[in-house]
Amino acid sequence: MTQIIIPHITQKQIVQSISDGKRLDGRGLTDYREVQLEAGIIGSAEGSARVRLGKTEVLVGIKIEVGAPFSDIPNEGVLTVNAELVPLASPTFETGPPGQKAIELARVVDRGIRESKAIALEKLCAIPGKKVFIIFIDIYVLNHDGNLIDASALAALAALLNTKMFKYQVKDGEIEIKPGYTQLPIRNHPIAVTLAKINEKLIVDPELGEEQVMDTRLTMTIEKDGKICAMQKGGSGYFTTQQIMEVAKIAQEKSIELRKLMVKG
Amino acid sequence: MPTFYENKQLVTPGDLLAEGNYVAGENAYAEDGKIYSTQLGLVDYEEQRVHVVALRAFYIPYIGDTVIGKVVDVGFSGWMLDINAPYFAMLRASDVLDRPFKPQKNDLFSIFNIGDLIIAKVVAYNRTRDPLLTVGDPGLGKITRGQIVEVTPTKIPRLIGRQGSMISMLKRETGCHITLGQNGLVLVSGKTLEDERLAIMAIRKIDQEAHTSGLTDRVTKMIQKEKGGVKHAQKDN
Amino acid sequence: MPRKTTKKLIDKNGIRADGRKLDELRPIKIEAGVIRNADGSAYIEQGKNKILVGVYGPKEVHPKHLTLLDRALLRCRYHMAPFSVDERKRPAPSRREQELSKVITWAIEPSIFLEHFPRTSIDVFIEVLQANGGTRCAGITAASVALADAGIPMRDLVAACAAGKVEGHLVLDLMDVEDKMGEADLPLALMPNLNAITLLQMDGGLMTDEFEQVVGLALTGCKQIHTLQKEALKARYIAVKKAVEKQ
Repeated sequence: MTQIIIPHITQKQIVQSISDGKRLDGRGLTDYREVQLEAGIIGSAEGSARVRLGKTEVLVGIKIEVGAPFSDIPNEGVLTVNAELVPLASPTFETGPPGQKAIELARVVDRGIRESKAIALEKLCAIPGKKVFIIFIDIYVLNHDGNLIDASALAALAALLNTKMFKYQVKDGEIEIKPGYTQLPIRNHPIAVTLAKINEKLIVDPELGEEQVMDTRLTMTIEKDGKICAMQKGGSGYFTTQQIMEVAKIAQEKSIELRKLMVKG
Repeated sequence: MPTFYENKQLVTPGDLLAEGNYVAGENAYAEDGKIYSTQLGLVDYEEQRVHVVALRAFYIPYIGDTVIGKVVDVGFSGWMLDINAPYFAMLRASDVLDRPFKPQKNDLFSIFNIGDLIIAKVVAYNRTRDPLLTVGDPGLGKITRGQIVEVTPTKIPRLIGRQGSMISMLKRETGCHITLGQNGLVLVSGKTLEDERLAIMAIRKIDQEAHTSGLTDRVTKMIQKEKGGVKHAQKDN
Repeated sequence: MPRKTTKKLIDKNGIRADGRKLDELRPIKIEAGVIRNADGSAYIEQGKNKILVGVYGPKEVHPKHLTLLDRALLRCRYHMAPFSVDERKRPAPSRREQELSKVITWAIEPSIFLEHFPRTSIDVFIEVLQANGGTRCAGITAASVALADAGIPMRDLVAACAAGKVEGHLVLDLMDVEDKMGEADLPLALMPNLNAITLLQMDGGLMTDEFEQVVGLALTGCKQIHTLQKEALKARYIAVKKAVEKQ
């Protein structure tokens, strides 16, 4: 089965409830669900974190490998983000290579991290032009109850902050591993905030039922200093200019709230 | 003639329940004169019959059951419904239409469409065919308002309670109209969203604690506390 | 990243690299009902292994042409997360994952009353989040709990455990380095109440009498694990009952 059918009466209630300023689960229009964050839970990964956003659950693992740089950026490490919508997370996820949904998810999270220059990639070059460090961010969705983007971006950031890499020195053109570890150099904390539009109202952190009913969604990724570094409109509906500005305002506020969780985690 | 557990004790699949002159009832099976459990549940020894009340189960259709289903497809001769069972169920157009039926797909969409919730009754089912439904009896048909909450189907008797004590209490305390589907889907329809949310909270609690005693009192107290106390965002378990 | 493997795996007192005795299982934790969307689910930690299992079904078969007319179709998929091992694993299913998916399906099939649900499918998804040897066995153990959590009727639970030979000693529950460096590794799955073995594999070399002992060792491991499976299934209900009685 590749489609969840939300009953009509539930759809009507979601819309009605939101028009009245509240959501079916009692949240306000700009409230996030409860966020639980746990870092460092996968020992085989160089860094890891698990985020529970309401019932949505995402696990991110970071692996670091040595490889060749991109030919046009020979002095920088490489960042690559991959997302797996594993079938156990939802009756709508199938086995097989990443589909459009997984690819969009990975690319949106990637954009936020890349454009904010969160990882100091220039510090991840061992031998210019030959050997650099490749940061693999693997997003593993464990339970899908809506808003995979925000949950994944949060887990990715927490995992990066948790990531340790081995110390090394370069000797005779080879990388030699030294004892000890250093933290991965992170200098920005991008936070993704997604809003959905339902009946001309904007709601933060859509859960699964709301996602099925929404006209469209807009994600804004906000950096530490409040700059918007990435945006993604998803779905086929539309926004007015005014609505987009309102999304930007709300995203700013919410990003500050979510970023505070990073300190704890 | 040994039995190996106390009545209402928790057992797991493969547990040896009895040996000797016993008959395997629901959720139990016999092999070599021994009776084993097939489920996680509470064992019940009723004279020579051993059965298990499953704590985790999906719905298996029975003829005569009232169920709540969701239309997932409209065909030329009827509708296909998801009734939370291993098989989709069929509702024939001839069941709904009085006049001789001409297969025009438009007609059917206007009666029941994809996403509609229907209260129906199971009229036929065996292992070789999908369950067949009817909406012919009074009280059956399309649901027009309310919220749906899902419980384990085996907990429905607990929702009813002894002589209906639990369900009458729920209706009284929340002011909601509550319709129970044997397939574990429950329709809650109240005057306000708050009332409905309260009823749903209570029903979920019953689902979680169905295997304990004193439940009716505890649920009553919880509802009264919620009504009187400070309202907070619903946290479902 | 390189690993030092010059140290002995078992010292002169018969204590293994992680402090265990020869016939000791790694610490095991099993939890049922952990994935909200799944019909049944379970999570297992066995030493450093961390495995999540989700079950969907019985439900209609997709794709339709695979439908079996007289029974349910059981499909188990064993899959490792890229970050589950030292060297990142590519997400696409490897040949090893495909083989393990098959043997795991065979190991679990005899335990389920598949004939009760013709024309349906039961899908079991085993995701290895962290691996350190013996993941197919831990996967089977958790999968059986997840199936019971889904309310799927079974003849018995299936408990799985590996035993083998390392540096001349017969050991229970090999971790990764013992499997890689040892002389033999034998994963085995058992339906404990029916005393039926549903998975048996081996790589390495064992004499017949050693083989018998190793099987015996694996069987005792399975029986201990079975106790933990039952506890995990009952845990939630016992906890709820206790909390309720306290009030």
